[in-house]
Formats: sequence, C-alpha cells, structure tokens
Amino acid sequence: MRMTQSQVRASEAELIKSVCAGEREAFYELVRPYERMIYATAISVVKNPADAEEIAQEAVLKAFSHLSSFRAESKFSTWLVQITYNEAKMRLKKTRPHLYDSIDDQQQSEEGDFWPKDYADWRPIASELLEQSEIRQAVQDAINSLSPSYREALVLRDIQHLSIKETSTILGISEPNVKTRLHRARLLLRDRLAPGIDGAWIKGQPYRKARAW
Amino acid sequence: MATVEISCVEVWREISNYLDEEISPEMRGRMEAHFKACAHCTAVLDGTRNVVELVGDGRVFQMPVGFSKRLYKKLQKLP
Repeated sequence: MRMTQSQVRASEAELIKSVCAGEREAFYELVRPYERMIYATAISVVKNPADAEEIAQEAVLKAFSHLSSFRAESKFSTWLVQITYNEAKMRLKKTRPHLYDSIDDQQQSEEGDFWPKDYADWRPIASELLEQSEIRQAVQDAINSLSPSYREALVLRDIQHLSIKETSTILGISEPNVKTRLHRARLLLRDRLAPGIDGAWIKGQPYRKARAW
Repeated sequence: MATVEISCVEVWREISNYLDEEISPEMRGRMEAHFKACAHCTAVLDGTRNVVELVGDGRVFQMPVGFSKRLYKKLQKLP
C-alpha cells in the first residue's frame, strides 16, 4: 500500500531521529527511495553518468553529515535534491568552467516568443515505447541537448515532479522564471523529438499527418 | 459572456502553463475554444503533453547498474 504524504513525512522523521541517535543503517533506508531522484538531478547538470554517480555519492555523504541541520519545514526529498544540485553545480564550476557559463545559454534569450518548428500530430505515446533502450537514449539525448538552464528546470519539474515553488527554491530563480524556462524546454523537446516519434519509432502503424500544407 | 478569440502565438505562449493548470479559468476557456478550431495548436498541445509524459515516466534516466550497491558501500565506510 502506498503511503500518504504525511505518513511518508512521519516515517522519515522517525528515521532521521534514529540516524541522529547513531543508527547509521537507518540513513540508507531514508535515502533509498530517492536514489533515482538524486542521480537524475546530478546527471541533469553534468550529463555524464560516471560524474553523476560520484556527485550523487558525495551529496548523500554530505546529507548524512548535515542531517542534524535538516529542518522539517521542507520535504526531505527537496532538501536532498537541493544538496545534490549544489554539489553538481560546484563540481561543474571547478572542473569545466567553460560549461558552467554556457555560451549556448547566453545566446538563447528568454525574451520573445517561441515558434514551433513543426505541427506534426502525435498519436498518444504508448508507455511500452520506453522499454526500448534506443528510445530512452533518444529522449536522454534530446534532454541533454537543451541548454543547462532549461534542462535543469525540466528535470526538476517534469522528471522529479517537484512543484514550481520547489523548483524555484532549488534553482534560486523566481516562479515566473521557472515557468518560462519550463515552457521553452518542453517546446524545444517537442521540436527535437517529433521527427523520431512522428511515426518512425512506431513501426507498422500508418501515420496520420495533420499538416494543412 | 462571449469568449475573446486569441491568436496561435498567444496560445503557444501559454501551452506549458495550460498543462500545469497555471492559467486563469478565463484564459483556459479562450484556449479551449481556440484548440477546437485550430489543428496546429492542438498538435502542438498534444505533442507537448506527450513530451511531458515521456520524460516524466521515470525510466528515462536509468541508474547505472550497481549504483545502489556502491552507494551503500560508501555509506558503510563512513567513520
């Protein structure tokens, strides 16, 4: 049976108490449900699986040593993602400063309107599609091709399912700014994925075009 | 009250907020009226919704094999 939000919080509070009382095993239990979240956060910043894993480990160790400073007003998961995000940003700044201040980012102004490149009609995507590793790869590549500020907003909001408010706290930007970045990220992804999903990935099914020209 | 028509550009601007239900009921009404009449904007909406579902699935970023085990080991090594 799935636990409700408040049950999750209560059980996490218990685990935190145990860890602070010296039961180290309880910490793994506390972190385990969020492993994927931590990893995805790290990889959204650094893009490389090996670096992302190291950052995830560092972040978890940091969370452990700072657990007593965790305040229950925020969600434990958000706190953990925040630590991971900061850790990843710090690493990127240290090892690849040229990526940190991405030229791509500066060129993509958030002003002005976004014009879709393509109006292809998508059939609903079967979730089985993601069983295929080449499709997961294509989606990952498309996410990785976004500029860092768009990618981070998309990963926190659409992969981690954080709220707009939580995303704005973690990224240190305003809520309207989160919405703008998210909007661009989603529409850019749609433009990049449409040609693949547009029939080519769904073999043997006739594809209906909705273009009027 | 009659629905005020809006342009495609105005619709695209709000598509993401529409999916997140971050728009006023009035704007929602205007957009829905527009989608009924405009195949292009409907296609952009469906595609964007698909993208959100696809990336939100959780299987996109698979953790490397052995990730949990290695993390657990790190934790055990703590002083």
